[in-house]
Order: sequence, then structure tokens, then C-alpha cells
Amino acid sequence: MSTLLDVRDLRVSFPTRTGMVEAVRGVSFTLGRERLGIVGESGSGKSQTGRAIMGLTPEHGRISAEKLEFNGIDLTKASKAERRALRGKRIAMILQDPKYSLNPVMSIGRQIIETLRTHEPVGRAEARRRALDMLAAVQIRDPERVFDLYPHEVSGGMGQRAMIAMMLVAGPELLIADEPTSALDVTVQLDVLGILHRLVADRGMGLIFISHDLRLVSSFCDRVIVMYAGRIVEELPASRLSEAEHPYTRGLLNCMPKIGVDRHPLPVLDRKPEWAL
Amino acid sequence: MSPAERRMPARRANRRAFATLKAIAGFVVVVATTYLGLLAVTFFIGRVVPIDPVLAIVGDRAPSHVVERVRQEMGFNLPYYQQFFLYVKGVLQGDFGTSVLTTNPVMTDIRRVFPATMELATVGTVIGAAFGIPLGVLAAVRRGSLADQIVRIVGLVGYSVPIFWLGLLALLVFYARLGWTSGPGRMDVVFEYTFTPITGFFLLDAILNRDWAAFRDIVSHIVLPGSLLGYFSLAYISRMTRSFMLNELSQEYIVAARAKGLSETRIIWGHALRNAAVPLVTVIALSYAGLLEGSVLTETVFAWPGLGLYITNSLQNADMNAVLGGTIVIGSVFIAINLLSDVLYRMLDPRTRTR
Amino acid sequence: MSETAMTRREWLLTDRPQSRLQARLGRAYVTWRRFAANRLAVIGMLIILGLIVLAIFAPLLAPYSPYVGDLAKSRLLPPDAAHWLGTDDQGRDILSRLIYGSRLTLQVVVLVAIIAAPLGLLVGTVAGYAGGWVDAVLMRITDIFLAFPKLVLALAFVAALGPGIGNAIIAIAITSWPPYARIARAETLTVRNSDYISAVRLMGASPWRIVLRHIMPLCISSLIVRVTLDMAGIILTAAGLGFLGLGAQPPLPEWGAMIASGRRFILDQWWVAAMPGFAILVVSLGFNLLGDGLRDALDPRGSSQ
Repeated sequence: MSTLLDVRDLRVSFPTRTGMVEAVRGVSFTLGRERLGIVGESGSGKSQTGRAIMGLTPEHGRISAEKLEFNGIDLTKASKAERRALRGKRIAMILQDPKYSLNPVMSIGRQIIETLRTHEPVGRAEARRRALDMLAAVQIRDPERVFDLYPHEVSGGMGQRAMIAMMLVAGPELLIADEPTSALDVTVQLDVLGILHRLVADRGMGLIFISHDLRLVSSFCDRVIVMYAGRIVEELPASRLSEAEHPYTRGLLNCMPKIGVDRHPLPVLDRKPEWAL
Repeated sequence: MSPAERRMPARRANRRAFATLKAIAGFVVVVATTYLGLLAVTFFIGRVVPIDPVLAIVGDRAPSHVVERVRQEMGFNLPYYQQFFLYVKGVLQGDFGTSVLTTNPVMTDIRRVFPATMELATVGTVIGAAFGIPLGVLAAVRRGSLADQIVRIVGLVGYSVPIFWLGLLALLVFYARLGWTSGPGRMDVVFEYTFTPITGFFLLDAILNRDWAAFRDIVSHIVLPGSLLGYFSLAYISRMTRSFMLNELSQEYIVAARAKGLSETRIIWGHALRNAAVPLVTVIALSYAGLLEGSVLTETVFAWPGLGLYITNSLQNADMNAVLGGTIVIGSVFIAINLLSDVLYRMLDPRTRTR
Repeated sequence: MSETAMTRREWLLTDRPQSRLQARLGRAYVTWRRFAANRLAVIGMLIILGLIVLAIFAPLLAPYSPYVGDLAKSRLLPPDAAHWLGTDDQGRDILSRLIYGSRLTLQVVVLVAIIAAPLGLLVGTVAGYAGGWVDAVLMRITDIFLAFPKLVLALAFVAALGPGIGNAIIAIAITSWPPYARIARAETLTVRNSDYISAVRLMGASPWRIVLRHIMPLCISSLIVRVTLDMAGIILTAAGLGFLGLGAQPPLPEWGAMIASGRRFILDQWWVAAMPGFAILVVSLGFNLLGDGLRDALDPRGSSQ
């Protein structure tokens, strides 16, 4: 399996009034053409890890890494323009809530075409055809109609499909999905996950699936990384999740309700300061 | 396609038409009540506040039989509600009474002077928007930088400076001392006999007449008061642009646009500003209205023969018909601009077009 | 010494205040810290404090009489050691007139605020709390007034009432209450259905008591910010009326009227018109800086932008 992404000792920190705060503190992992889940509670640094790989860390944040390599390209040394050329073309990202992550005053079709034309010299008609194909690929039944709709005119599930179409239209090799289904209705979540699953498999993409939902991640991914306070506390194949050793992971697992087990008192997630060291 | 699905678009179109009708009806009610309110206030000022409105019109040296005749003619012996009805009827027919000062019907006077005011306010707004929007965008993008601080100070001073005073100083420096621009007025006397106004907007008229000498002269007259009003409007527009842009730049769709690999230029001008433009239209419209109003002070300083100067001259001569006529016209333009900005808002924001 | 200061600070910032007073003082302290961190806002506050000091101690601070000048010897003198800002066409010391003029400026802003803010507060809270047709009618009236050209309307009012500083104040107040009504209504709507208002209602409080004692106090802070930000506009409008001869009448040393009387000499004795304008600029800048600072300090949401 060829390595798509190699991350070693990634650190992201932000200056605050009381000094530097490290959001990501030495994260290392490698990724092939597989599905990697990153799980953690909010503030664990999982989203900032994804954004650092994208090159979307807020301007005042500082990044350092021993190694941050995508397909042999050293991202720590790449210029801003080179990073930009990668974004959308080879590494793409899906955000949480289509209600906020789609531009409200631009039609869905134009937003998809915009990605394509930023990275490829295609004509108007060709771009339109490929955008419509992409809308069909995310299982939108009437692409012609949806093409001209504005984001507020579609449902959340439809919006997230449009988002996926917009991010995958230029054919990226690595997709970072940051809580892609958390803002959706439960019934729609499975549809969107199904679409995502098929596209990732068909196109042989690598996927980083960031979520707070351990069960969702374990059923959807090949491998799971558990993050706590900016660090990786455990990494294991999804199939062997039940064998997790770290008390934090065990804690997360225990939070899942099970049928036929007495749940009194309800387990509370244990957070020990020494895990963060 | 099932029959039910085929009927769908028709029903949606119906609903949309109904919503549009409802919106139009709402506009009509708002405009009508606002206009009536405006007339009620001017009526109150003209007829109720003065101890004897007739004296205010004919002057206190008029013989008593004249006073009595005017009182009868103008219906001042009627109860207030009947007077108000007659007043509204008159105003709607464009009858604001006669100016004591010029002895013309006030409406005729206003038609003559209003284009000058509109031309000045338009030049001011164009200057204000042309500089204010880029400055506001710059301040938002480089937030906290020196550029941001400078834009902020420039804006705050614009909010705080008495515009008539700045006008006097500008005349002193650029006209009297440096001689870079022309002085008060709209054009030199030399041109007044050869120049034929067509639209009343002199810049446009000079172009239509291909009278380039006059054009240069008009430009050198309008540049000072125009820039002054422009600065005033820049202060407002840049400040609002900055705050709208900061709001847009913090939205998730900006992160998504970056994730697509768009250039910063495209993100700022194509995505963020395109969204900020929706409320900005209202700001620019309000600033235009503000400049029309500010003309009262600016035109006095620059002897600009517009509505503002007309109103202040009338004020000094206690010519209430003219003052109130001018007030109604400026008020009507305010109402029209508010309405226009509402309509533009709806056109620019797809979210308000369909429900 | 430093130890007691520390404990006082801790007492103010505690998470568990022992009394209502301590909680209030603590909140005020936090707000003050946020305000004081904004250098421009502090400058604005100093300007306004300076204005107030000038107005109170005008007779002590002014070197000459503001009304009587030496027509024979000191007409239109340029600024020098004896007359720091020069003299006007009647031989009066401009600095002294500016110092006395601060009283008029302060009088205008205070009176307008005292008339317009409570009026707007009353209209807004009543409309917001009553709802229904009361709300619809009051807000329509407010919107109608909002759509008017303020300066021109104030001009027309003064023209009808007759020139003078009292009438100018009334005219400005009449045209400046609508924004306060809108703000008060918005604040009222956010708290109207909250549980503690329901609790007061269940205890049998009358609507007037609820509006006066429980809703109005909540609107005060946003209203103060807005009024402070409007002060500059009020000063400019008053000065504009004075400039047109409709505000304070001679020989009152009103700054706008002083610009008007200096206008004739602008080409040769520029200081006569320039100095009062500069005073207006400084004071309204002070109010704008102070208002900005207050808004940022009282509303952390706005300051993050």
C-alpha cells in the first residue's frame, strides 16, 4: 500500500492572552488509500489536525512538524501558492453544516463549476457537463434543477451532497471529512455516508474521517485514531476496537448504550490530567 | 413524471406570485403611511406651531383686510382636519404654495434647483463608495494592522467633523491659497450665457453639448464640495464595509472556498464582498440620502445653487412655504430611496426572493 | 500594599460573590478593564471629562470675558501669547469664548439625551411588551420618523418655533428618539418571554411595574452606548443649526454660530472660523471614541468583530 500522507510530530499552537496554547501536540500517523477515523471530544485537536493538513490553520496559528508529506510533496516547505494548488485539486475537505459552508448568494452549480475551473482549463459547456455528472454521482435525481438552486432552497442532506460534489469534482486523492454528517437528520446521515463510502471506494481515495462519534467511525473506517487534548492516545484497527487498552478509549466505548446491561449509575467520561502529558 | 409532479411547478409559481403581490402591498402601505406621516409633520410645523400661520405667510406688516382675505382663501378658518385634507390634496397635486421670496410657486423653484443638489450628492456618493468600499475591505482583511487603524481614524474623523467648517477650510486652502480649484458656485459666469442645460445635471449636459471648456470648469467647481461630501460618505461606507466584511470572512463558506483552492483575491472580492454587498446596498442608499440632507449645510458654504441653499435662503427670510416644500421633497426622496434599497436588497439576496 | 490590591482584585473577580453589591462591582470592574484596555476609548473619555471640567470651571479658566472685547485695540488679532487662539471681529478672546461655549455644547447634548432617550425607551418597551396592535402602531410611527430627513426636519421645526437654543434642543430631541425606541423594543422582545419575567407576572405585578422595574433597566446599557454614539451627531446638528443662525443667538458663544460669524474673515483671519470648528471636531471625536469603547466593553460579541 503506497503512502499518501505521512504526518510526524505535528504541532499547532495559538497565541492567547495567557500565552501559547497548543491545540495539536505532536500527532503522527501515516495514511494510504484507506479510511482513517479520527475520534475525540471537542477541543481534542482533531479538527485542527485536519485543517493543518489542508493548510487552513487560521493565520495567527503556528504549525510545526518533523514531517508533513503528501504524495512525496513536503507540505512544510511548499509555498502558499503550491498549497493552494493542492487544495481542491488533490486534497479536499468536507465541512460540517451545508447551511453555513455553502455560499448563500451563489447557485449550487456555479459553486461546483468554480472548483473545477480554478484547477483545470475547461470551457463553460464542459464544466457544466462535469458539474451535472458530479451531481448525478452524489445521487441527486434532478441535477439540472438542483444546478440552478441556491443553498437555502435545498434540504440539509441535499446541501451536503452538493458540498461533496463541489469538493470531489476536481478528482482529489485525499478527502478530509470534518464531521460531515453531524448536522444532518439521522435518516439522512446514512444516505450521505453511503454516497461518501461509494465515491471513496470507486475512486480509490484516501479518507480522513473526523468525528466525535466513535461507533460511527468504527463502522465506517478501516483504522481509528483516538485523540485527547491534542495527542493521540490510541491507534487501532476498527475491527479490534473492543480490545482498546487506553482508559480514555474504554471510557468512550462505555458511553455507548448496550441492550440488556444495567446502566446505573450512568458512566461518566473520566479525564485524567496525566493522559494529556 | 406523475400528474401530481407536473402540477407542482404551477402551484409553486402561484405561491410565488402571491408572495410577490403581498410584498408589493406591504410596500404600498409602508410608503403611503410614511408619506402621510411626513405631511402630517410638515402640516403641524406650518399650521399648528406658528401662533398665526397667516402672518407667517403674508408677513406681520400686511394690512388687516389682506390678512383676513388670505385667511379665507387658504381655508385657515376651517377645522384642522379639513385643513389637513386640503393640504394633502394640494401637495399631491404638486402645490406647495407660493414662495414669498421668489414669488414663484414653490414647486417651480424646486424643479429648477433640485438637479444641482442631486448632481452633487451623486458625485459625493460615487466618490464615497469608490474609496470607502476598498478601504473597508482592506481594513477588514488586514484587521488590527496599521492600515486598519488609519482607516478607522479617517472614518471617525469623518463622523466627527462639522462638514460646513471643513468646507470653509477647503475653500480657504485649495481655492484661495493654492488656486487649484474654482471657488463657490456651479460654473463661472462666462459660461452661464453660452451653456444650455438639458437635464439639469451640468456634468452630463456639458458632455451632451460637447462643450469641453465648460466641462472642465464644472469639474473644477464640483471637485471640492463633491470630495467633501465624498469624504463624509466614505467615513460611513468604509466603516460599515469593514464590519460586514469581518462578519462574512468569519463564516464557514469562506473556509470551504479556501478548501476549494480559490485565491484570496477571489475569496475576498468574489465571495465575501458579494455577500457583504447585500447589506451594503442599504448603506450606500442611506448615505446618498444623508448627502441630500447634508446639502443644506454644504451648499450654503459653497454657494451651490441647489435645494439646500434654497431652503436656507428661505429660512433666513421666514418663507415657510418654501422651507416646508423643500422638506417634503427631501422627505419624499428619502422615502423613495428607502423603498429602492429594499427592492435592491431583495434582488441581491436570493434568500429573500423565494420562500 | 500590593497584597491588599491583589486581594481586592480577587474579591472583585471572585466566582462566588457574597452580595449583590459585590457581584455588581465585580461586573463593573471587568467592564472597566475591557474599556481601559482600549487606548482610543480612554482618550475619548478624557476629552469628555475635559469638556465637563471646562464647562464647570469656565469663569475660573477663561482668561478674558466671553462677551466684551476691546474693540479699539484687540480686533481680529492672530494667535499670540496674550490671546492663545486670537480674537474675533469684536475684539473678544476666542479661547475664552470657546471655554464658555463648552457649557452650551454640554447643555445641548445633556438635554437632548434627557428628552429623547426616555421617550424612546418608553415607546420601545411599551411596544415590545404589549405586542399586538399597540406594537404595530407605535413601531409604524417610529419607522415613519426614522424615514425622515432629521436635519431638514429640525430646521423646519426651528424655523416655525423661532430661532434659539431651547427650540434647537427641542427640534433635535423630537427627531432623535426613534432609534432608541427600536433598540428598546428589540431588547424587550428578547426578555419578554423569559422565565423570570413570567415569575414576576405570576406574583401579580402590573404590566407597568414589569416594564418600569424589570424591563427598562435591561435596556439601559445598550441605550447608553447608542446615546453616546449619537452625541457627536447631536453636537454636529446643533452646530449646523447655529451656523445657519437658527440655534443659539449672538452674543452667546455657541461654536457653530462662532464659525458663521468668522466666515466673513476666512480669507485673512482664518483662525476666527477655524478654532471653533476644531473644538467641535475634538469634542465629537471624543464622544465617538467613548461610544465605540463603551460598545466594545459592554457588548463582548461586538468587540470580537
